[in-house]
Amino acid sequence: MPTNANRQFLDFEKPVKDLIDEIENARTRQEKTKIDMTDLISRLEQNILEKRKEITENLTSWQRVQLSRHPDRPYTLKYIDKMTSNFVELYGDRNVKDDKAMVGGFTSLDGETVMIIGQQKGINTKMRQLRNFGMANPEGYRKALRLMKLAEKFNKPVITLIDTPGAYPGLEAEERGQGEAIARNIYEMIRLKVPVICVIIGEGASGGALGIGVGDKVFMMENTWYTVISPESCSSILWRSWEKKEVAAEQLRLTADKMLGFGLIDGIIPEPVGGAHWDYDGSAQILKNYLIPVLKELKQMSAEQRTNTRIEKFGRMGFWEEE
Amino acid sequence: MSKQVEDFDANLAGEEGKTEETKSSWFKRIKKGINTKTSEKKETPEGLWVKCPDCNYICTISELREHLFVCPKCAYHHRINSSEYFEVLFDNNEFIELFDNIRSKDFLDFTDLKPYKKRLEEIWSKTDLKDSMRVAEGKVNGQGLVIACMDFEFIGGSLGSVMGEKFSRAVDHCIAHGLPYMVISKSGGARMMESAFSLMQLAKTSGKLSQLSDAKLPYISLLTDPTFGGISASFGMLGDLNIAEPGALIGFAGPRVIKETIKRDLPEGFQRSEFLLDHGFLDFIVARKELKNKLATVLELFKN
Repeated sequence: MPTNANRQFLDFEKPVKDLIDEIENARTRQEKTKIDMTDLISRLEQNILEKRKEITENLTSWQRVQLSRHPDRPYTLKYIDKMTSNFVELYGDRNVKDDKAMVGGFTSLDGETVMIIGQQKGINTKMRQLRNFGMANPEGYRKALRLMKLAEKFNKPVITLIDTPGAYPGLEAEERGQGEAIARNIYEMIRLKVPVICVIIGEGASGGALGIGVGDKVFMMENTWYTVISPESCSSILWRSWEKKEVAAEQLRLTADKMLGFGLIDGIIPEPVGGAHWDYDGSAQILKNYLIPVLKELKQMSAEQRTNTRIEKFGRMGFWEEE
Repeated sequence: MSKQVEDFDANLAGEEGKTEETKSSWFKRIKKGINTKTSEKKETPEGLWVKCPDCNYICTISELREHLFVCPKCAYHHRINSSEYFEVLFDNNEFIELFDNIRSKDFLDFTDLKPYKKRLEEIWSKTDLKDSMRVAEGKVNGQGLVIACMDFEFIGGSLGSVMGEKFSRAVDHCIAHGLPYMVISKSGGARMMESAFSLMQLAKTSGKLSQLSDAKLPYISLLTDPTFGGISASFGMLGDLNIAEPGALIGFAGPRVIKETIKRDLPEGFQRSEFLLDHGFLDFIVARKELKNKLATVLELFKN
């Protein structure tokens, strides 16, 4: 996790940055003047917590999108590292190559083996490029499917962590069938015999997210978004301008509370005060505590019960009028 | 090509051709867009001339209709609607339309440049269509088949809750009556005005296909110009047979988005049916004139 000095701040997080700067100042003054500032510092630290809480309580949809893309936010491998033990990463789709934007492997969660799969974003400029900004190619989706089938064979539950601005819209991606790869995953996931839990941990953009997002339970973390298109692209297509992303975010109703209200997800997983980027251990612990009982519950159902319930659940989604 | 892409975007946004070809010419168009209502356009009087967008060959509507809306000179496949496809495929144009009582609803109160509600009302008043997909049961050379066909003129053939529901009920109907299923796709992708609900139709329809598959009934996916986004990322690519009309643009991401992403020009023929066939994603390409007979042959092979 970044130290306070290395933290990055979004514009609406500036009040928190000011408080952190104040603490730094107090510390420097304390060193210089040898006057005890402990009281002031602890008061400021309390203020920071309150400010973090205040900020996340009053976010617009667009700010929530920004928070989901916070450069300090924990990504899939971070959660795997903090939440599980004995992770063995498995690479490649056995076909074309290994897609670095999609990671996965067997790991032990609370003493039980699970398959965890997710998109991975880079933590610095070089890694962001290597990870293709979390935008998987068809081989990424096919790798994910290979791992899910592996889990199914050995009767291990599947957990997917979703964080993608979309499937990669590239030339080679089209040549290798991006649409087919996502379609196949959706089709296979809905009938996978083992329990499947999906969690949006950052961005949940469209088919790129749904390509590993069909499960018995689908959860969103507090500061994430999930919908059919990114607010930027939606603005560009429907408003014919890149400037309407805030309005588009509002109109798309892409936040966790809206999605839960629509019945399109099964729950919201809280984050530490101010967002997951303030506390990696805390975020992972909350997620872990959330997942364990859900897994237990799902394991009690038969495979057939699970797949039927899954098909019925998605089958109910939609709204229309009948004359 | 670029005009086609712009038109495609316009259609995605639920608008009719907004491209101004006259932008750089001597003459300026004063009024924006074409004001002719689609309903009037459809009832073109006999003898009106049509220009092929590909080879500029000019012929009459009735001549084009005789050729199943395929250019007599260069075999360019004009975009047609569900009513034309039903006419091309069903014996004597006899079919029973199913689930035509379902129509879209603006559940989210979605407003972009126009409220979704208004957009729907406008199309309902302009056309006879209820939504972007029609389902019908009929016979193809004597063999029963359920066809779900998209209408591009209804918000770019976009996939929303209604299409998802009609698709699902069509699958149930096929299972109940032991009929094969065919979907004719022509769509810009998911309907953004229905937000995440439209995305979830990908999972909903895939779940139904899984049930159709368990019932061992054939599912044929015919992809026509254009088929993009959510369709190709779900049932469009999940056919027991994936087939396409010649020269159709088919892909996941739109050509403009890809071009902007990779910052170079796209190769000739990129995302066309022939390109997909070469890369292994289509079982075959079939010309509209041969479609009915080939389909009948396939259905027979599945059955006997």
